Amino acid sequence: MQKQAIFQSKLLPYALVAPQLAIVLIFFYWPALQAVIQSFLLQDAFGLSSTFVWFDNYIELFKDPAYFEAIVRTFFFSFAIAVSSLSFALLLAVMADKPLRGSMLYRTLLIWPYAVAPPVVGVLWIFMLHPSLGVLSRYLRAMGIDWNPLLDGNQAAALVILAAAWKQISYNFLFFLAGLQAIPRSVFEAAAIDGARPMRRFWTVTFPLLSPTIFFLLVVNIVYAFFDTFGIIDTMTRGGPGTSTVTLVYKVYTDGLLGGNLGSSAAQSVILMIMVIVLTGIQFRFVERKVTY
Amino acid sequence: MVEQEGFRRYIAHVILWIGIAIVAFPVYIAIVASTQDNALIANGQMSLLPGGHFFEVYYQTIFVGTSGSTREPVGNMMLNSLVMALAIAVGKIAISIISAYAIVYFRFPFRMSIFWIIFITLMLPVEVRIYPTYKIVADLHMLDSYAGLALPLIASATATLLFRQFFMTVPDELLEASRIDGAGPLRFFWDTLLPLSRTNMAALFVILFILGWNQYLWPLLITTRDDMQTIQIGIRKMITTTDALTEWPIVMATAVLAMLPPVFVVVAMQKLFVRGLVETEK
Repeated sequence: MQKQAIFQSKLLPYALVAPQLAIVLIFFYWPALQAVIQSFLLQDAFGLSSTFVWFDNYIELFKDPAYFEAIVRTFFFSFAIAVSSLSFALLLAVMADKPLRGSMLYRTLLIWPYAVAPPVVGVLWIFMLHPSLGVLSRYLRAMGIDWNPLLDGNQAAALVILAAAWKQISYNFLFFLAGLQAIPRSVFEAAAIDGARPMRRFWTVTFPLLSPTIFFLLVVNIVYAFFDTFGIIDTMTRGGPGTSTVTLVYKVYTDGLLGGNLGSSAAQSVILMIMVIVLTGIQFRFVERKVTY
Repeated sequence: MVEQEGFRRYIAHVILWIGIAIVAFPVYIAIVASTQDNALIANGQMSLLPGGHFFEVYYQTIFVGTSGSTREPVGNMMLNSLVMALAIAVGKIAISIISAYAIVYFRFPFRMSIFWIIFITLMLPVEVRIYPTYKIVADLHMLDSYAGLALPLIASATATLLFRQFFMTVPDELLEASRIDGAGPLRFFWDTLLPLSRTNMAALFVILFILGWNQYLWPLLITTRDDMQTIQIGIRKMITTTDALTEWPIVMATAVLAMLPPVFVVVAMQKLFVRGLVETEK
């Protein structure tokens, strides 16, 4: 944990940690504490006074079907985004892991979408699949699909999932490729000598050896789907039509800003904090242990 | 190698090119749309080939802005994004490297408590404490300022942990050698440790710059003045709810301009980018 060779000084170390400590206390701990306190308070209509109401904000939330729907929706989105993006990225990574000519070029051409901001992703996809002017909507309509994500909730949800999964392909691809390259070649050769066909080799050798990477990426993708989809949703559907693309983070935003319901918004923030802490905890626990078979 | 069958390799090439096409298609459409006439796009008659309005559209986007919805030159938004991204990247690296230095190279009361206080921030993104943070920034009169944009996003531990990890691998002999040369703690930091950390700093800078440039929710809340908008906020405001008024070529040109700096960083500094990405996720 610490070095043997160190410096002796009474004040200098404090001076060195002071800037970070100050920023963390002011912009992290203080607001996080405020969120917890506020979640136990009820503000009057004018925001002038507030009363301590114990867990009323939380109880209200869990009685609210809209909140329950948002939880289910967020988990469904996370699952759909993670599965579709991970499987496509894994396919590409397995292909790029082969000794091909131009493999560096492939990597370059596949990783850059990581740098595209979520709101821009939203704009790109709504433009392609816009009901009246999207270039892809023409083909969907020609195929007889009544495509209108601005009116149809399920189609809007599909659009959000598609766009969010698209952005995450490059990240997953990069980590899968690194994971694949870390597997010793001799393992594949041994399996080939034993007569395992490529598909069988993948499921019995590659996939199990890749499980730490898969697990790590699963957690990262879920956290991504929780938070980074905000920009995508906000430029693409703004939560609509109705509430069909409102996720937990989007609800914190709208309830606090537009609804002005700060107590409820704070309670939602605290629930989100707990969810993230649990997810991070799971990740630390399992990634440290290295889930290998 | 296992099986060098030509056919399997051929399939791999085909699948990779399909993947690249899927990944690139939305951006291709954006580039094409940004060179066309708005009336054509609004009618759903957009061509899949580039049009002839490239200079006109980009000139208007960068120097004038949309004529209806935002009326703010995108060049100015890009400048705001650039300042914010640089402030986040430089600020975070600067405060993190010195606090990691203190934690690794000094022994002082509350050292571990301070380490944990910083470490815990790793877990929670700004989104979960968004309104209380907004209130604090408002109370400090930092709304619509670069400090307000950057400071709350600097409050996280990733960089500190990374530098701590790196310092632990620096051999003790270096410190002893420079102590024999009569160097004090600041001298050692400046002359020995900082040059050694150059690659780590660069890798971290690449990642933090991209993350900073792409920030959305936080700038959305705390910028109210049009001239403080970042490009990500500007693009959202350009899409009006009444479709007829959205100037799509300008929106798409803005999307292209918003992608350009971070994508350039990823492609041009690929090695550092990959390194930074893998290191910060540890």
